Amino acid sequence: MKKPSVELKLPILPNMELIATQTAEVIARHMNLTDDQSGEISMALIEACINAFEHSKTDSNVFIHFLIEEDSLVMKVIDQGIGFDKTKVEIPKIENKIGKEERKRGWGLQLIQELMDSVEFESNSDGTTVTMKKNIKH
Amino acid sequence: MSSFIKSTKEANQIVIIETDGYLNNEGGEAISAICYEKIKGGQHKFLINMAGTKVVNSIGVSILIEIIEKLQEVDGKIGYYNLAPIVAKTFNIMGLTKYSTVFATEEEAVGAL
Repeated sequence: MKKPSVELKLPILPNMELIATQTAEVIARHMNLTDDQSGEISMALIEACINAFEHSKTDSNVFIHFLIEEDSLVMKVIDQGIGFDKTKVEIPKIENKIGKEERKRGWGLQLIQELMDSVEFESNSDGTTVTMKKNIKH
Repeated sequence: MSSFIKSTKEANQIVIIETDGYLNNEGGEAISAICYEKIKGGQHKFLINMAGTKVVNSIGVSILIEIIEKLQEVDGKIGYYNLAPIVAKTFNIMGLTKYSTVFATEEEAVGAL
């Protein structure tokens, strides 16, 4: 049987990431996830959407796919932007930001990786797909 | 005043800001505008009651880092209470808890800050 999935198409407009989190909350309830799991999924989704909105440098829509599996939820955030090189993204540390000239932002990838069980990035000049997986512990 | 700011009050020379809604860049800037104005007026202790803020993003939280930095210049302090678990976890991952304090309740926060 085909696994259930949900697909969203978001325009790049302020706060559109909240549409994704509202959908994620409905899916989390369907999957009987805990409030903590639901919160972590929503937070990771917000950060992945913001990265897509801000860094893809395109007006194209951002697509979000939720794949509901028996023991996990997989979320793909797909943009059609210019891509990015993850090896050039530094791991942020607050010690390097407080009292320094370094900009205070740049936490998205770190949060996604801390909150999800696995994260994969596929990126080239045609766009970026971030695949985030949350294992479900019933 | 931004609709993100539900109320502001003072107790024991601490400015207490109650938020409502999504802590994004606009929410962060609404908090920082109040803090910077109060710092100019000589106040150096701030508490954020986040009972009404269940969702944050890293841009909004980054503005709190800017406030922490500003407060370090005047030997000030900032703390937070009534955090949703995911908000507390986000603060922890981003390291805010190394430079500011998360409290359980207003009573505890006002007594300790």
